[in-house]
Amino acid sequence: MVAALLSWATLPTFADARDGFFGPTNIFAPDSTPAHSIFRLSIFELEVEGAIFVVVFSLLAYAITKFRQRKNDDDSEPPQVYGSNQMELAWTVLPVLIVVVLFLTTAQVIHRVQDARRPPGTIEVTVVAHQFWWEFRYPQYGFVASNELHVPLSAPQLPTPTFLALQSADVDHSFWVPRLAGKTDLIPNHPNTMWIDPQETGLFLGQCSQYCGVQHAKMLQRVYVQSREEFNKWVHAQQQPAASDPAVASGSALFITKACFACHTVRGTIAAGIVGPDLTHLMSRDTIGSGAVPLTPENLRQWVHNPASFKPGSLMPAPDITEQELDQITAYLLTLR
Amino acid sequence: MASESIALRVHKSPLHVVYECVATADHKKIGLMYIVYALLFLVVMGIEAILMRIQLSHANATFLSPEVFNRLFTLHGTTGVFFVAMPILFGFGNYLVPLMIGARDMAFPRLNAFSFWMTAFGGFFLYASFFAGGGLSQAGSAPDVGWFAYAPLTSPTFSPGHSTDYWTLSLLLAGVGSIGAAVNFIATILCMRCPGMTLSRMPLLAWMNLVMGGLILVTISPLTAAQLMLMADRYIGGHFFDTAAGGSVVMWMHFFWIFGHPEVYVLIIPCFGFVSEIVPVFSRKAMFGYPAMVAASVSIGFVSLGVWAHHMFTVGMPSYGNAFFVLTTMVVAVPTGIKIFNWLATIWGGKIRFATPMLFCIGFLFQFLIAGLTGIMLATAPFDWQLSASYFVVAHFHYVIVGGILFTIFAAFYYWYPKITGRMLNETLGKWHFWIFLIGFHLTFDFMHIPGLLGMPRRVYTYEAGRGWETWNMISSIGAIFQAAGILIFVYNMIVSYFHGALAGNDPWDAWTLEWATTSPPPDYNFAGVPAVRSRRPLWDIKHPDDPDWKYE
Amino acid sequence: MAGNDTPWVLPSRGRVGMISLIIAESAIFMIFVAAYIFYIGKSLDGPTPRQVLKIPIFITVCLLSSSLTMHWAIATLRKGKTASFNVFWLITLVLGAIFLAGTGREWQHLIYQEGFTIQTNLFGTTYYSLVGLHASHVTAGLIGLTIVAILGLAGKIKREHSERCEVFALYWHFVDAVWVVVFTVVYIVGR
Repeated sequence: MVAALLSWATLPTFADARDGFFGPTNIFAPDSTPAHSIFRLSIFELEVEGAIFVVVFSLLAYAITKFRQRKNDDDSEPPQVYGSNQMELAWTVLPVLIVVVLFLTTAQVIHRVQDARRPPGTIEVTVVAHQFWWEFRYPQYGFVASNELHVPLSAPQLPTPTFLALQSADVDHSFWVPRLAGKTDLIPNHPNTMWIDPQETGLFLGQCSQYCGVQHAKMLQRVYVQSREEFNKWVHAQQQPAASDPAVASGSALFITKACFACHTVRGTIAAGIVGPDLTHLMSRDTIGSGAVPLTPENLRQWVHNPASFKPGSLMPAPDITEQELDQITAYLLTLR
Repeated sequence: MASESIALRVHKSPLHVVYECVATADHKKIGLMYIVYALLFLVVMGIEAILMRIQLSHANATFLSPEVFNRLFTLHGTTGVFFVAMPILFGFGNYLVPLMIGARDMAFPRLNAFSFWMTAFGGFFLYASFFAGGGLSQAGSAPDVGWFAYAPLTSPTFSPGHSTDYWTLSLLLAGVGSIGAAVNFIATILCMRCPGMTLSRMPLLAWMNLVMGGLILVTISPLTAAQLMLMADRYIGGHFFDTAAGGSVVMWMHFFWIFGHPEVYVLIIPCFGFVSEIVPVFSRKAMFGYPAMVAASVSIGFVSLGVWAHHMFTVGMPSYGNAFFVLTTMVVAVPTGIKIFNWLATIWGGKIRFATPMLFCIGFLFQFLIAGLTGIMLATAPFDWQLSASYFVVAHFHYVIVGGILFTIFAAFYYWYPKITGRMLNETLGKWHFWIFLIGFHLTFDFMHIPGLLGMPRRVYTYEAGRGWETWNMISSIGAIFQAAGILIFVYNMIVSYFHGALAGNDPWDAWTLEWATTSPPPDYNFAGVPAVRSRRPLWDIKHPDDPDWKYE
Repeated sequence: MAGNDTPWVLPSRGRVGMISLIIAESAIFMIFVAAYIFYIGKSLDGPTPRQVLKIPIFITVCLLSSSLTMHWAIATLRKGKTASFNVFWLITLVLGAIFLAGTGREWQHLIYQEGFTIQTNLFGTTYYSLVGLHASHVTAGLIGLTIVAILGLAGKIKREHSERCEVFALYWHFVDAVWVVVFTVVYIVGR
């Protein structure tokens, strides 16, 4: 089975396919240095283990075929062999050597990934995990985004990695975008750090990988890797306060009177709640509910009406509002680009 | 050949049988109660698994709600470790160890009964949770925090109500039972061997139960301690895992895995014992390298105490911390590999008889090899940063538990059922059981590795389409049906053979350890006279007086 | 068939069983000690050990002496001197009871005068749980001691029971040894 895996891993199409047959979260399709380091180590290890498997499997298969009792057997007992010091020494020493080699190569990669230094130009993002959504703070730029992480491309000649400071507001979570890096947990009262330096633009998917409660399965991740210019444009847009359109004034008033502000922040208004995602630039995102459904006006309306219809167990309560109020609030939210 | 006889089947009224079960302190009866108890929960676990596999066979399925699914995987894992695997191994150990060492019973028969009932109550208490709270419609108040119950998900804030307490209290009960059983095994093996049976002449199954017992003493206790701490946090205002007071939830992880990792060795080591008894008999050769097998098992026991944080590679330990646990985890692979080579060398040059017990042991050898190799992948911390908490891990540990532990337990059933009941299990049904279960096992668990490699995390009640996971999940789910069929054949075989199986006699397999020197089933007192031995294979010595083992040991 | 004339002697079940139990209990205590040590100095607020704990010299001396008197009790019982066995046994019981009472008094002071409970802070949680776990083991020991004391006073304990009493003594010595560790960690290292 390991041999089968090995052959898959070395097929170029396997490593190539992004949204292909093998899917967009394939650990064997790395696109960032930590993921590349892990990939190289894993291939080496699969080769070593593949060899071990082939040898031992063959010996076992040979033994059970060659030494089976034949039909015309005389029922005498075969020669009893109680042991052999030389053989036992050999098959102790050889595994020890293999362990030493694997350990040293592993320790090297651990050090390279965990103890990496920050070059100048590093982007710093603080990730705060919540039940069941992601908060992304950009301290260098002074804004907070939710659920969809944007980072710039990192060129090998001039690396601009993104270092993520990982925290949790409640229980244990884990940040796992397989093509970019291995996973690291977000644990309350135990800050962690990880880094990525993606070398291709595009959308990278992942999801929370430490059971965190009823909607653990829908705490999805979307990482948008953009060119430097695109990223700067995005940053600039995020830094602006919320759009203020007098046409939806009734909706923005309801946002306050119906207590949405108690959980959500809309920068530039008095809404400064931190229990739920920051909505200042809600409409700049592609999905809602941390990836639960695409962000369309109908889905947005349905979400506000009853979050549990998309994500049962979501901690956002269904607000107590009339149909008309729902329309007004939705119209207001749709202006928060 | 010792004289053949079968004990009379005295007709007993049902009330009499119930009384005997409740009041007995006899190791054979208690052993059987453990085994029957475990088999019942094995079926329950299997139903939980099939429900989950139905839910996971499609992306975004709605067969089960997230609440129910989360309770199912918590119960499935907790039941499997504490109310199936441990009881069944205690059951076989209880039944066989006194017979194998020529003793009349375990060292502390009443402690034996007490330990069984504590474990039994633990299981019933855990399942009572299904009827609590909202009742059966929402799977009651069954725990939903995962079998390792990480803090702070288990704190009163995130687990209001009593579901977590069912988890904690049932395992505290079972833990007391396990420690009692361990004390009993150790005292029995060290203090009750028949004359001539030095430790180096003991059957390997007895050795494995000794190592298992020793491990349990230092393994279950950390869990007990951690659970007492959790109860303090939940009920009397303790702050052990309370981050608001400066507490550390990582500490729960350390304590849990200090229990959790050696625990899996507690489970596998007696299974090594089954293999070491069965493979020699069906290869017609003595165990190759008995002293090395003992040394390897003991060293596995010790080293396994130092590997626990390989379950925590993603938690953010410093690089040297991670490296240390990589080293210890890889080191424990060395004695484990040695055992596989010793079994291979036992088969080599033998005359293999492919009776059902041997088929399951051969399956074990191949599967345990693979499980060990995927384990080394997980021991490689950076690789584990991708694979941890994904379906690759789920596949790996089911490979060990089902492909390793359960296969050897099946082997043990087929091998010792004649001794316990006096009748042989049907060989044809046994082979059907083996092949169908084998196919199901490989369909489910071989292909389960792939979603893990493709990024699917574990403990998810559903998953997105378009990630490339659906086909593999569907295949895994289909395999579950085959496994269920195999188990049904097995249960049918056991029931039918009890009434109509061929009479076994004392020694149907032409084996060499002391349990085969008495009747099938053994009388209450086990042996008419205290046996005395001079080698590791006393019956071989009797059958081959011209070439006894003690000339070579 | 054994082939040799040396008598077949195996260890005593009671002793092996008790030692196994002690190993398991030691593991439980070690986890609580580990938690205590890990949380030294980590409380966010509330009293520190130095502020509220007084070193309990007297009751420690009592408990450790009780191991000695227990040892003497078994030694005289082996010689068949049941009267002096009863005396030493009762002294052991009294010393153990003094220890427990002393712990009770310390806790009463901490809870009612200092307002320091298991809920106060990390120090409170780890202190009460560790010392409490030990105290519960002392209590179990005292119950056993009392039962044997009653039987002894009723004349039922003879020389042939010395081995069973010795097995119980192992437990009592274990409880004392744990106190040495707890005392060191809580009252010396942790302060």
